[in-house]
Amino acid sequence: MIKLTDVSKDYLTKAGWRRILSGINLTINPGERIGILGRNGAGKSTLIRLISGAERPTLGTIERNMSVSWPLAFTGGFHGTLTGADNVRFICRIYGVDFEPRFRFVEEFSDLGIYLNEPVGTYSSGMRARLAFAISMTIDFDCYLIDEVIAVGDERFRNRCKVELFEKRRDKAMLIVSHSHRYLKGTCDRFLLFNEGTIEEHDDFEEVYFRYKATLGEAFESKEQMIAAMQ
Amino acid sequence: MPNNGQTSPKGKLLRDNSWTINRRVVGALLLRELLTRYGRNNIGFLWLFIEPMLFVLVVTAIWSATRTIHGSSIPIVAFAVTGYSSLLMWRNMPSRCAGALRSNLSLLYHRQVTIQDVYWARILLEFMATSTSFVVLSILFYTMEWLPVPEDVLQVLGGWILLGWFGAGLALTVAGLSEKYDVIGRLWPPFSYLLMPISGVAFIADALPPKLREIALYLPMLNALEYLREGWFGSLMQAHYDLGYVIAFNLALTFAGLSLVRQTQLNTSEE
Repeated sequence: MIKLTDVSKDYLTKAGWRRILSGINLTINPGERIGILGRNGAGKSTLIRLISGAERPTLGTIERNMSVSWPLAFTGGFHGTLTGADNVRFICRIYGVDFEPRFRFVEEFSDLGIYLNEPVGTYSSGMRARLAFAISMTIDFDCYLIDEVIAVGDERFRNRCKVELFEKRRDKAMLIVSHSHRYLKGTCDRFLLFNEGTIEEHDDFEEVYFRYKATLGEAFESKEQMIAAMQ
Repeated sequence: MPNNGQTSPKGKLLRDNSWTINRRVVGALLLRELLTRYGRNNIGFLWLFIEPMLFVLVVTAIWSATRTIHGSSIPIVAFAVTGYSSLLMWRNMPSRCAGALRSNLSLLYHRQVTIQDVYWARILLEFMATSTSFVVLSILFYTMEWLPVPEDVLQVLGGWILLGWFGAGLALTVAGLSEKYDVIGRLWPPFSYLLMPISGVAFIADALPPKLREIALYLPMLNALEYLREGWFGSLMQAHYDLGYVIAFNLALTFAGLSLVRQTQLNTSEE
């Protein structure tokens, strides 16, 4: 279980302190899939960073009794002069797991072949994304953080990602940030709508999407109209 | 394990104790640093020895050329090796750590990597690199019969560790301050050049006029270096130092450094 109690986060901007999240209460249970919606700058990524532990909340507490992944397919942690294999080795070292079987998995899953022994700096962005996703799958977490991800690679790679993530890891908790209704609707059990630093919880996707559209200023007149537009 | 359809039981990654995790993370960061700094081909690593070696050779040459003027009996190679190695220790650790956070910020997404780990990895790597160059150079000059064997190896080791501790404390402090105030990161290099001539790299405290010596001995690295040199060739020089002062200074510095780093830890908010 991950439990956020009265969590607030302030950032210093040129115009002074700004409260991005205020008084968030949230519990993530094992195996739950939570979809996150909200306009840009509403605090979605901030919440992901707080839960991942990359940043500390300004106020409030975060309890974690589950292991939490880094944001899935995150490429920022790669070092350009290190090879793909070196980066896999680094991840295995900090998580204290065996390198060999995981490297074989990355080799097979990422399809990068001989490029795994080249510096990551020479990779295209698609290759980086494939490596990042494959590495993310080598460590078994209890909770996965997914910040807009499955848009990487070609159709075939995307399908394999889906199998790896949603079929093989069916029993894991996930936090999924996405703007895509197709993606969220079938996958998540609960939804959080971010609006001006606070969150609303919803169980029903149509309801939350309707309200989400309203915060974007693209409100539909009725839900029926929205559902028709979504088809 | 991935790819066999089975996933590990809940909370498996949470079970290791924090000391194990810390060691693991610092070790991994250290290897990563080692690879990115020196690369795979070991030529990069050689510079570690070549640079101090050049310094020692130049100092020895000047000293030998002017022997008729000063008539001193100090073993000059031992003097130069200890001086320069000590300088490397307290100058490089802080410069490696200042700004280290920026290039490692994205690693903080991994739960167990903390800002302190990033600094400790760099400090340890620097300590190992400088120690290696110190030992290798000493052995090299010894086989060339330019360098006597230390009179008291344990005292040399003690002095070396005091220097390393000072470097580590200074590194944490400078790094913490430079995250708070950009200007500190920029001022450290010129400031270290100011300290260089008075830190004993090129003199022993006994050679200073008493008044000046008293002031210079407020520098902890000079005290530690004097102690180290006494261990190496104490019968040929009069050493001046106060170990209690060095230890107290190191303790205070370490405490300040750790608390500054902790503040950074609480305030980091980028990427």
